[in-house]
Amino acid sequence: MDLQSQIVQYLVTGLTLGSIYAMVGLGFTIIYNATGIINLAQGEFVMFGGLIMVFLTATLRIPMFLAFFITLALVTVIGIIYERVFINPLKQTSLITLIIVTVAVSIFFRGIAMFIWGKNPYSLPPFSSGKPIMFAGAAILPQIFWVLGLSLLTVILMNLFFNRTITGKAMSACAGNRLAASLMGINVSKMILLSFALSATLGAIAGASITPIALMEYDRGPLLALKGFCAAVLGGLGLGTGAVVAGFIIGIIESFSAGFISSGFKDAIALIILILVLFIKPSGIFGSEEVGKVKQF
Amino acid sequence: MLKLEGITTFYGTIQALKNISIKVGAGDIVTIIGANGAGKTTLLKTVSGVIQSAGGAVWYQGTNIVHFSAAKIVSMGISQVPEGRQLFSHLTVLDNLHLGAYLYHNRKFKDEIEEKLDWIFTLFPILRKRAKQLAGTMSGGEQQMVAIARALMSRPKLLLLDEPSMGLAPLFVHEIFKVIRRLNDQGTTILLVEQNARAALQIARYGYVLETGTVALEGLSQELLADKKVRQAYLGK
Repeated sequence: MDLQSQIVQYLVTGLTLGSIYAMVGLGFTIIYNATGIINLAQGEFVMFGGLIMVFLTATLRIPMFLAFFITLALVTVIGIIYERVFINPLKQTSLITLIIVTVAVSIFFRGIAMFIWGKNPYSLPPFSSGKPIMFAGAAILPQIFWVLGLSLLTVILMNLFFNRTITGKAMSACAGNRLAASLMGINVSKMILLSFALSATLGAIAGASITPIALMEYDRGPLLALKGFCAAVLGGLGLGTGAVVAGFIIGIIESFSAGFISSGFKDAIALIILILVLFIKPSGIFGSEEVGKVKQF
Repeated sequence: MLKLEGITTFYGTIQALKNISIKVGAGDIVTIIGANGAGKTTLLKTVSGVIQSAGGAVWYQGTNIVHFSAAKIVSMGISQVPEGRQLFSHLTVLDNLHLGAYLYHNRKFKDEIEEKLDWIFTLFPILRKRAKQLAGTMSGGEQQMVAIARALMSRPKLLLLDEPSMGLAPLFVHEIFKVIRRLNDQGTTILLVEQNARAALQIARYGYVLETGTVALEGLSQELLADKKVRQAYLGK
């Protein structure tokens, strides 16, 4: 392979990885914006998305298209149960405690997944059949278009929701000031539930669409959560668009460093960049210092 | 319009309100004065449904609303400007105001919301200029204006104000109280909680003095201003 086709190939891989990180980062942002909580079980939503999709299509033989929507619904229900059982009862608890609860939940979810699916990775046939498309000497799998398309669509819809609808704004009002939110007549508890549901749906979309390319196993969550968290922080915590752009940046850097340096270092490089950026600009690439001042974290 | 009967409220394990009864007539300005910790804020929060009362009744336009949710109470026309302003500091001033209209914020009421905003901007001209600014980055006085404006967006018939003068420069206090009077002239009933007893009694028609969770004294504002005990304890004379 010549250099040009190599670069194109790495770029495509980077965009694919990046779109997953972007979705996980966006998932973090949604829950953070509604509650101030960093949901460290975010990666488990992705894992469930992938494995439930495998279960529905491979074991139950449900058609791909239908299985995709059932997967989204089931993972969303997992998000709802999660919030009602583990988060909602702890009303008078500090944020730090709640974040530690999310770590516990992520371990719990991994346990359940290992119990059901075992430790082996599962694969999934691509959403649409077809040969890889050759472009500038690089082979592009059709599934990559699904991943990119679905994540772009999701990102656009989320952006509209948070910036253009009163429900989206009310959701972020809940994180800003719960007392004031309830004085405006906003049902805070419902908004928090909605944020977990949305976040779980996002995770499921990412998981179900990436599994045909990257396989899925029970303990994929933590690393995905870490990368997604990097994206959320790099983008300026709380900014949806920032998280998405940062997700793509991390994905591309990771792919290029795996290709040109060593695949052993690819995870480290994303984290080194995170540390460097936070040294220089603690509010993230897109975060304004003005907003940073009024944030709790 | 509003009548509290034997309200008893606990704040944690502390009995913050003991058998409180007060009355606010339609179109009236009534003030509740008292020291820190007398239970003034708890009283307002009980009315607005943020804190549940352990006993007693809150009558509002003939309905006992004591067990209604905060959202229901806002929709019935009671709006609270909380102590310490409590803005959505990470959102813009305009977003804060729109959220004030949360309960009826849909297409059907689009024109009404625009009209309300226009009216708010004539009440507080500075907010029109600051509409795109993050609420948390404004001065205390401006933030208080946003807090009042946000509460007004919910179309209140009864406005509960919790220490609107707290931490403000005298000039702003004057400004805020002028607006409160104007709102009252336009037909909004006001229940004002204040530590700044002099300013509050000057604007109110009737006043209650709250001490450790009970009504120690009540009367027309002029009477309270002239009362020896009130003058010693709250007016510094």
